[in-house]
Amino acid sequence: MPVDGDFLREAFRSMLRARILENKLSSLYKAGKIVGGVYLGRGQEAISAALGASLIQGKDCYAPLIRDQAGRTAFGEAMIDCTRTYLGSVEGPMRGRDGNIHRGRPEMGMPAMISHLGAQVSVIAGMLFAKRLKGTLDGSVGATSVGDGATSTGAFHEGLNLAAVEKLPLVIVVANNQFAYSTPNHRQFACGDLVERASGYGVVGYSVDGTDLLACAGVVGEAVKRAREGGGPQMVVAHLLRLAGHGEHDDGSYVPSSARTGHYGRDCIEVAMRQLVEAGYATVDEIFSWQEESAEEVQKAVAQAQQEPSPDPYREDWTALSTKFPASTT
Amino acid sequence: MSVTYIDAIREAQEKVLREDGRVFLYGQDIARFGGAFKATKGLAEEFPGRVFDCPISEDAMIGLAVGAAIEGMRPIIEMQFADFSSIAFNQIVNQAATHFYRTGMPVPIVVRLPSGGTPGSGPFHSQSMEGIYAQYPGLVVVTPATVSDAYHMLIESVKLDDPVLFFEHKFLYRWLKAKSINGDGLPIGQARIARPGKHATVVTYSAMVHEAVRAADRLQADGWEIEVVDLRSVKPLDLDTVLASVARTGRLLALGEAFPWGGVTAEVVAKVTEEGFHLLDAPPQRLNARDTPVPYHPKLWAAHRPTPESICEALRKLLSF
Repeated sequence: MPVDGDFLREAFRSMLRARILENKLSSLYKAGKIVGGVYLGRGQEAISAALGASLIQGKDCYAPLIRDQAGRTAFGEAMIDCTRTYLGSVEGPMRGRDGNIHRGRPEMGMPAMISHLGAQVSVIAGMLFAKRLKGTLDGSVGATSVGDGATSTGAFHEGLNLAAVEKLPLVIVVANNQFAYSTPNHRQFACGDLVERASGYGVVGYSVDGTDLLACAGVVGEAVKRAREGGGPQMVVAHLLRLAGHGEHDDGSYVPSSARTGHYGRDCIEVAMRQLVEAGYATVDEIFSWQEESAEEVQKAVAQAQQEPSPDPYREDWTALSTKFPASTT
Repeated sequence: MSVTYIDAIREAQEKVLREDGRVFLYGQDIARFGGAFKATKGLAEEFPGRVFDCPISEDAMIGLAVGAAIEGMRPIIEMQFADFSSIAFNQIVNQAATHFYRTGMPVPIVVRLPSGGTPGSGPFHSQSMEGIYAQYPGLVVVTPATVSDAYHMLIESVKLDDPVLFFEHKFLYRWLKAKSINGDGLPIGQARIARPGKHATVVTYSAMVHEAVRAADRLQADGWEIEVVDLRSVKPLDLDTVLASVARTGRLLALGEAFPWGGVTAEVVAKVTEEGFHLLDAPPQRLNARDTPVPYHPKLWAAHRPTPESICEALRKLLSF
């Protein structure tokens, strides 16, 4: 699908904001300011942003996974939601009850992921199913991302098969970053390209170079368009390399240098920058100014979250049910 | 004219489908076929576009329900057998159960779980899994023992904003009949004295309520008056009613059909010991199924679960202290 300049500018800015934010998160983690873990989308920003920017907040639903800071940003998640959740501010959407990338705002069509991979596929399917029952589907789509590892789960299979049976407008992006934590592709699946699975599910499949923003925007745009038009589930497999460890606790030393120096080892942000400049969609100066704006935005979001109170265990209501049963019951 | 337990479940679903446009039914073989136990017989025809057959994908069924609930619907999911919910365990305990606590948005889903043993149903169509789910925060776990409760608690479950696991006992489906579905209006979270007594208390739920009442009737001949408490919901657990009964009788037998390690009966004994140690005149007892998979052969099955005989034996021991 032809891609317009405004779309690319928006997607690229989301990539940039995500990268700069995540670099800061990494520093905060290494400085001991973030507990738990930090999971970066470095190297996956192009495919992630292409998906997020193709969706319409308020109409579509989107279940990002752990490497989707760029997609979240493009979809419209406020940066402060990220820093508040990572830094444990009680003002954040998860209020310290969950952390890092386990955040969402289901009311804005972005459910909060759980750690169990593949589990969000059927949740997005359910949101679309409900919209259809309510008569509010009206050209909207639902999207989710998984990695190569998640394609080995039963949940992925059940969710995608169910979405296909129900002919739901689901777009699933498989970011094949070659390693599920440390496990390489050849210990994860035995087919040549994961996109081969699409036909087995009866869904439309696409394969794309995940380091190429222009290509990602075209392919994801096409997949979203076909889903919107009633073409049923679409599966995009993006080939790329994770340019970080699984989390910031992991140096990724299991990734061979041949992978790092190979085609997919290139940095999608640098590729996208060249694409934008060469096509005349942005100037180098403009990109530098975006970079500065993003750095400032990150500083503010971090500073604000750091000033905010953390949750107070003495004020926490410690109830997991919304129903108020008599106090005598346990 | 009488109503069976399964009729009550069907009627309740018919009522909520009729009265609440947010309700839809999703499960295996539940549409035209009417479900493995006919709990949804005729509902697909009566409510076109609201009763759906689904693939054999227990995990995705619950994931779909959570997504639909986020969008404001009130899905009822039929697990063909409670045993198969092990495949959906992740979506139930990690997705549905944590959702309100994590995000502040409750997910009102009802999962119907045909549960418990019947002769010949064997290891994988007989399980009582309520204790496993009750262990997880964020779930309401109900275990109706009567026709009226099957009806009214299912309707109430759909109205609750939290995920409800509705354990319906297969052995009661057609065997248990009542003159009508009218009940005593007790809400979920309140237990019932199923049979009053003064010498010992049996705390139980689901099909074991009926076995306990049988055992109590037998002991009546010897002059023992046994009180039977029907918990109705195992989570929340109505400790007040349990403690009040133990205060009257001084003796507690916690009875269940689930496996013996941990579970609801262990929780009841622990809570009563903690909160009502001074009320006890004898060590509290537990009686559960045996610590093996549920056997296939009716003779083995009948001896695997508590029976009126084994309940009488446990009660005699309790009364002998």
